[in-house]
Amino acid sequence: MTSSPTIGVLALQGDVREHLAALAAADAAATAVRRPEELAGLDGLVIPGGESTTISKLAALFGLTEPLRAAIRDGLPVYGTCAGLIMLADKILDPRSGQETFGGIDMIVRRNAFGRQNESFEAFVEVEGVPGGPVEGVFIRAPWVESVGANTEVLAEYDGHIVAVRQGSVLATSFHPELTGDHRVHELFVSAVRAGS
Amino acid sequence: MSTASPSAAASPETGTARVKRGMAEQLKGGVIMDVVTPEQAKIAEDAGAVAVMALERVPADIRKDGGVARMSDPDMIDGIIGAVSIPVMAKSRIGHFVEAQVLQALGVDYIDESEVLTPADEVNHSDKWAFTTPFVCGATNLGEALRRIAEGAAMIRSKGEAGTGNVVEAVRHLRQIKGEISRLRGLDNNELFAAAKELRAPYELVREVAELGKLPVVLFSAGGVATPADAALMRQLGAEGVFVGSGIFKSGDPAKRAAAIVRATTFFDDPKVIADASRNLGEAMVGINIDTLPESEHYANRGW
Repeated sequence: MTSSPTIGVLALQGDVREHLAALAAADAAATAVRRPEELAGLDGLVIPGGESTTISKLAALFGLTEPLRAAIRDGLPVYGTCAGLIMLADKILDPRSGQETFGGIDMIVRRNAFGRQNESFEAFVEVEGVPGGPVEGVFIRAPWVESVGANTEVLAEYDGHIVAVRQGSVLATSFHPELTGDHRVHELFVSAVRAGS
Repeated sequence: MSTASPSAAASPETGTARVKRGMAEQLKGGVIMDVVTPEQAKIAEDAGAVAVMALERVPADIRKDGGVARMSDPDMIDGIIGAVSIPVMAKSRIGHFVEAQVLQALGVDYIDESEVLTPADEVNHSDKWAFTTPFVCGATNLGEALRRIAEGAAMIRSKGEAGTGNVVEAVRHLRQIKGEISRLRGLDNNELFAAAKELRAPYELVREVAELGKLPVVLFSAGGVATPADAALMRQLGAEGVFVGSGIFKSGDPAKRAAAIVRATTFFDDPKVIADASRNLGEAMVGINIDTLPESEHYANRGW
């Protein structure tokens, strides 16, 4: 693909603007997505940070859950950060009642695993496949991955916990590269989208 | 596979400006609801709230009851923290940094240094840099917003007039802040020094706002939102999300109204969704006309 891939950012709630800016910096054509019909024509999709319970409810309410599940099953490349990682998990360890995910990565996640806001932190994290040294990880009431299936690659750990994973063309991080101005993780995703197109 | 280096693992940094401001970025596009019991907190979470504000009485009742309004009972805050998994905010009085210390010790996710409670200091706001827990503060204009940010606030909400169910002051304050930001955009470097003096705000922050065309922190709206259309109005005017206080649990059907306000906040630019969300909600809170409210009962005048 020579032109920029078109990558949507699920804009139900959360830090959508930061992802749009990071994707643009990584040379993608970024667009906000809120409706099922807006999924057509996308080369990839980002599920932003936010509140996973809210995103889950709004997705169900506006008929996005099933179309998104189908798109992911059909191979749409997706990247999720924080709440986005939760939404891409096949299983949540401690879901709120009625909280459903889109799935796509064979893993079990624990919500708010690193603690509440007072425990939110920044630390350097080395991510496999990201050149140029560790990335600044911003962890905000962050989840971690409890366990992964045989086909899920672990790309990063912090303090003994899995914080970045990939299965096929679906990528997820517990932390928020979109808040740092370092676009290397977004570049990793955009280059995977290009390669798959 | 590779893992984090031991040195980085050994020194995670908590309470940084990026972590505090980044937390508010995660709330954007959402609704933060006032709750006074764990049961209300669950209703709010089920309706799709991105966070709850734990307080003893909603502003409408503070107005009715009078007296000194203070930080909430720690047991009540604990109960709300235990009942939901979304972030829990709580209010301290303006300048009452010990109430803020208590709220931090209780583990709330955000502290609102709020004009809705009775101010504890008529000169000084709390030094918010001294805390790990981030703060949100109210503002009626850009200078006030920037003074709060200079003191360490990681999120700003336009004040409006809490507990009235009347959106007119929320509109006034948000328009004021957005209008002043637009004017800064048109100034040249020479003029920014005088602008900082007029705004009574630090020059560095004024320059940052002129460059960004927005505050360096997330801006929500508060104080008077009672209907889905009110919430959508504030978003169309440029608020990145809304606080709803008395508007939900002083209405006829709180669960339904809460969910409707969440929907209208997400699809704030789609009148059909707002129309659907506005149907059959039962009675809205009664509301107060601001011109009949004595000046001394204007909460927005508290803080400076």
